[in-house]
Amino acid sequence: MSQKKRAVSASQSKTQRRSQVSLDEDDEAANFSQITSSQVQRARENFTPDQIDRKVAEVVQFILIKDQKKIPIRRADIGKHVIKEYKAIYTEIMNRVCRKFDQVFGLKLVEIDPKSHIYILINKLEPIHGEPVSMRPGNPKTGLLFVILSVIFMKGGVIKENLVWNTLKKLRVDPGEKHDEFGDVKKVVTDEFVRQKYLEYVKIPHTEPVEYEFRWGLRAEKEVSKLKLLEFVGELFDQDPQSWTQQFREASAAETSSQRA
Amino acid sequence: MSPPMGDSHKRFLQTMMSNGIISASRAAALHKHCCETHGAHYVADRLEEFINIINAHLQSLFMHIRKGMSEDDGLEYYALVNVTETDITRMASDYADNELELFRKTMDLIVDSESGSASSTDILNCADSLQTKKLKKKETEHVLNKFVQDKWLNEKDGEYTLSVRCIVEMEQYMRTIYQDLIKVCHVCHNIALQCQMCENPICGIKVHLPCVARYFRARSDPRCPECSDFWPHEIPEIPHSQSQSSQSLPSSSRESTAPTPSRRSRRS
Repeated sequence: MSQKKRAVSASQSKTQRRSQVSLDEDDEAANFSQITSSQVQRARENFTPDQIDRKVAEVVQFILIKDQKKIPIRRADIGKHVIKEYKAIYTEIMNRVCRKFDQVFGLKLVEIDPKSHIYILINKLEPIHGEPVSMRPGNPKTGLLFVILSVIFMKGGVIKENLVWNTLKKLRVDPGEKHDEFGDVKKVVTDEFVRQKYLEYVKIPHTEPVEYEFRWGLRAEKEVSKLKLLEFVGELFDQDPQSWTQQFREASAAETSSQRA
Repeated sequence: MSPPMGDSHKRFLQTMMSNGIISASRAAALHKHCCETHGAHYVADRLEEFINIINAHLQSLFMHIRKGMSEDDGLEYYALVNVTETDITRMASDYADNELELFRKTMDLIVDSESGSASSTDILNCADSLQTKKLKKKETEHVLNKFVQDKWLNEKDGEYTLSVRCIVEMEQYMRTIYQDLIKVCHVCHNIALQCQMCENPICGIKVHLPCVARYFRARSDPRCPECSDFWPHEIPEIPHSQSQSSQSLPSSSRESTAPTPSRRSRRS
C-alpha cells in the first residue's frame, strides 16, 4: 500500500513530508503517515501480544460508544484517546479492529470522509424485509427519517426544505409545533439527522431570504438500500418500482456498487 | 477454537447492544427469530449454547452476555456487560459528573437500607449536598427519571431500587466498593438488596424474595437453612414465568391486579 512507500522516504526527509501533509490534519494525524517500518518493528517488540489485544478491545469499545450516539468517529480521536503510545502499530490495530467488527458484530467500519479520516459503523447484516434503514430497532425517528429520505430520492436527490415541511405537515407532523413523539421536529431534522450524517441541510446560494435544501447525507448513502426504499414506495402506491424508471436505474446502480464494496 | 459466529449470532448480539438487557423469554424468542431470519439451524431450548458461542468471541473484547435474576419478579434476564469496568464508567458517557455522583449516593443509600430502596426525599437531600455541583429539586427529579428510563433504577410509590440491569452490570463494582457491607443471598450467593432476613440475632442470613419462594415452596414449616429457626416472614409465591412467545399473554393466575397477602410482605 502507499503507506509503506511513504514510510521509506519518511526516514529521509521528515520535515519535507510534514509540509506536504494536508494542513487540515493536526499533529496527531500527521504522525500516522510518517511511521517507518523499523519503528513498527520496535513497537511490536515493545508491546506484548496481550497488551496489543487489550488495545484492540479498547478501540472497539471506544468506537461502539461513539456509534451508539451516531457520532462519526475521527481517526485523530482514536489516536489521541485510545491508541496513544501504540501509534506505530496503528494500522495493525485498526486492521484487527475491523476484523473484530466484521466477525463478531456483523458491522463494517466505513470511512465517509477520506480527507479528514472520519468513520462510521454500518450494518453488514442483510436488512430484514421491510427494514431499509437499520437504525435502533423500534426508534420512532426511523419512520420520520425514512419519509424524508424517500421524498428526496423520488424527487431526484435534492429538494427545497419547504417540500419536506409540507410533506410532514400532511402527515400531521408540524415543524412549527412541539410534537408528542419527536419534540422539536425542526431541530431533529435539521440538527440531529444532519449531525448523524443522515441528511445534508445546505444553504442555497444567492437566495434572499435564505433558503435551504436537503440531500442525503453520507451515512444514508452507505446504510440505506435505495432499492429497498423504492420497493417500499412501490407498495405504498401499489405500483411496480420499475415504473419509476430513473429512480429504478439509480437504485439498481447503487445496489451493485455497494455489493462490490 | 470455538465455532465462528454466524449471521444469526451477530444479529442477536446487535439486538443485545441496542437493548442493553432483555428478559430470558424475550431472549428465547430472539434466538428463534435470528436463526429463522438467517436460515440457521434452530433448536429450541439451546439458548445457552447459542449465547456461549457469542461469549467465546466476546472474551477477547472483554465483553460478556451475563445472566442475572431480577429481585422484583424473580425472572431471569440477559445483559451485555463490559468485564473490565471497575467503576460506573458504563454510565459515564451519558451523564454529567454531578449526576454520576448522585447515582453513587443513591446506590449508597440503597445498599445501606434494610428495604433495599431509597426514598425520593432522601435522594433529594443528597442532591443538595453534592461535592461536584448541587442539583436543584427539578433537576434531581429529571435525572432520576432518566435513570429509570435508561433502566438503571426502578421506581415505585416514590421509592427507588436498583434495576436488574444495574445489579448485573455493576455487581463486580459493588462488591469491590462495599465489600462486607453489601448483603448476599444465602441461597443463590448473588448480591441481595431487597430481601428477607432471618430474625435470629446470631444468624441474620438474607435471602431474595424469589429465592425464598423457591426454597420454601410448599413447606408448611419453613426453617432457616442456616440456623433452623422458624422463618417468620410471609412466603411469597413462586415467580410466574412468562410463556415462550414474545408477547406476554394476559395471565390467568396469580399476577392479578387484586392485592394478595404475599405482595404486602415484599416491601417489609
